[in-house]
Amino acid sequence: MDAIILQILNGLDKGSAYALIALGLTLIFGTLGVVNFAHGALFMIGAFCAVTFSKLLTLSHIVIDDTQKDFLGNPLKVEVPYIYDFFGQTTGDAIIDWAVPLSIIFCIPIMIAIGFIMERGLIKHFYKRPHADQILVTFGLAIVLQEVIKYFYGANPIPTPAPEVFAGSFDFGAMMGFAENTIIYPYWRLVYFAFAAVIIGAVFAFLQFTTFGMVVRAGMADRETVGLLGINIDKRFTIMFGIAAAVAGLAGVMYAPINSPNYHMGMDFLVLSFVVVVVGGMGSLPGAVLAGFLLGILESFASMSAVLEFLPGINQIIIYLVAIIILLTRPRGLMGRKGVMEE
Amino acid sequence: MFGLDKKDAGLLLIVAILALAAPFILNPFPEGSAMAQFNAGYPDLMQRLVIFGIFAIGFNILFGLTGYLSFGHAAFLGVGSYAAIWMMKLLTMNVIPAIIVSVMIAGLFSLLVGWISLRRSGIYFSILTLAFAQMSYALAYSVLTPITGGETGLQPKYTDPRILDGALPDGQMPRANLFGLDMKDGFELVMGNWVFTFNAGYYIAAVVMLLSFYISIRIFRSPFGMMLRAVKSNQQRMNYTGLNTKPYTLAAFVISGMYAGLAGGLLVAMDTQVGAERMFWTASGEVVLMTILGGAGTLIGPVLGAGFIKYMENIVSKINKTVLEQWFAFMPDGIEDVMVALVYPFVGKGWHLTLGLLFMLVVIFLPGGLVEGGQRIGNLFRSKKAKDTSPDGSKTPAE
Repeated sequence: MDAIILQILNGLDKGSAYALIALGLTLIFGTLGVVNFAHGALFMIGAFCAVTFSKLLTLSHIVIDDTQKDFLGNPLKVEVPYIYDFFGQTTGDAIIDWAVPLSIIFCIPIMIAIGFIMERGLIKHFYKRPHADQILVTFGLAIVLQEVIKYFYGANPIPTPAPEVFAGSFDFGAMMGFAENTIIYPYWRLVYFAFAAVIIGAVFAFLQFTTFGMVVRAGMADRETVGLLGINIDKRFTIMFGIAAAVAGLAGVMYAPINSPNYHMGMDFLVLSFVVVVVGGMGSLPGAVLAGFLLGILESFASMSAVLEFLPGINQIIIYLVAIIILLTRPRGLMGRKGVMEE
Repeated sequence: MFGLDKKDAGLLLIVAILALAAPFILNPFPEGSAMAQFNAGYPDLMQRLVIFGIFAIGFNILFGLTGYLSFGHAAFLGVGSYAAIWMMKLLTMNVIPAIIVSVMIAGLFSLLVGWISLRRSGIYFSILTLAFAQMSYALAYSVLTPITGGETGLQPKYTDPRILDGALPDGQMPRANLFGLDMKDGFELVMGNWVFTFNAGYYIAAVVMLLSFYISIRIFRSPFGMMLRAVKSNQQRMNYTGLNTKPYTLAAFVISGMYAGLAGGLLVAMDTQVGAERMFWTASGEVVLMTILGGAGTLIGPVLGAGFIKYMENIVSKINKTVLEQWFAFMPDGIEDVMVALVYPFVGKGWHLTLGLLFMLVVIFLPGGLVEGGQRIGNLFRSKKAKDTSPDGSKTPAE
């Protein structure tokens, strides 16, 4: 029992990342009808926003400290982050410690801007081209983005720690009446899951309860009619693209402490996220979220040693296997709409 | 000639001449000169040029004709490679059985994958093939280690059985050969400052490439090829006319899988080692890049694309800062530094950036690839000529 709970928990954080990326992918697909292969790159750029922000915070200048002497008796030169000058040492330290959550604020405008530029500058010109062309051009864009990041940040993963408060692990076992230390779970992963839940909820609420969201949903259902009603649907779809980019970026920011950002993390997630979208059903937002969590949890179940004993290697292929089975038995995925991508 | 019309025969002839004279054509700069690093006439690179040409030709039969975009073709290349290396380990170091078996095994595997994946079309087909390829890759890396060698991969060992071969003299490593002709054999022709390398392995690969190019021309011009093109332009209409397109698309899929297996077998014949990384999805992406860059759906496009990418990959990634400084040495110091700083991100390790940009530019502006680019330039000249010979003849000088 405890092993099962542990695997469900383990699946949640990966599932959250899948769900967030897949949500953005589906949002773009549902609104603009574009298959965006560069979405993984947006996730990666989000993670590097966190890296950049924590680097910016620790920018420092050298101050000569007269109270300390080095071994020759000269005054010691100390590197002092600029942030100490503004906020004093204790607040400065706290801000540096909380760099990752704070970079959310830094990340949102950047990601929305990148989304706008991508949509207006490139993807706009591909609405009338075949899906294969869209896949190919965004695939090329993904290569370019990841190589640019590699040029500036190097090829090695950059560790980006979570705030000190979340460093430990939470003992679920003790709470639920199992033996102690059987089900422990890092705090940050809990935070990630909660964060993902909030973001997903916010996106759904935005689409469901605002006038803007209503127009967007109407546009997803019938773009032409909405246009005939005198609504500039293109503008709204561009904004949705920005939001989808921001969702992917936020997923990346918060994922940075779980997995040190490197330039190819986006591609690694992209392939799986596509599988997630297809399993959930192209164009279905709840489907993408459901499939994301489902596949994340399935993956972590498959890596249990009890399962690996009689099905060796199943953890490596389970997602693909499930995808193949779903695609062949339920052609529209779990919750797919009729008539999407069925040319 | 060979059942081809005049135009196709001419094309085949040009490719044949280019392939057979490659050691000359790819080595235009004298040894030791500053430009010698642009020479591509060394066996390793030439072999890869033609082998990836075969891979791309095969991919083009599927993507170019039927429009089904497979993102998992590297799996067939990998399966072919593993089959070939096992033939070499168990049977003989002669490359013939290795290549034949690699084509057959890859064909069988693609029959299985295609039979399942072709139930869907569009993006679903791409995802299905991608899923199969990633599964093969993950399995080759982990569970199938006894067969695939896992991370270390496979290479022929002295202790392998090799039933058909005689015992090797002590201490000699088994080497791939064709009835005794070592793949690494060759001779160098020195002409003045130029050194041309003729390599047995390259010529075998080149002949195989020409054969597969010929077969691809025949497929393009056959009724079967017409049927595949009809599937691309309007599959629904084909279905409404009461025609089952599945056997045709499946046949195209298997043929292109066999081409990939052939390329995999040849890769092993030239360089006797296999690793799972050649099945990774980026390898599948690469063949897509080659085909699109050259021109999907055209005969010569994939060969051009494969040659272009493999050549640039080898040459551009060799350029480093020192080389750049040499190039721009003629400029004043300040401008030289600026130029080096501007160009440096795109060469050497940044080669993938150049490739990505190039690929985007091609998809955006030249959907037909390099071939379309060539045609446009050709048309530019032709239309001028047409004007010149226009009946009013105003441009002809009046004597």
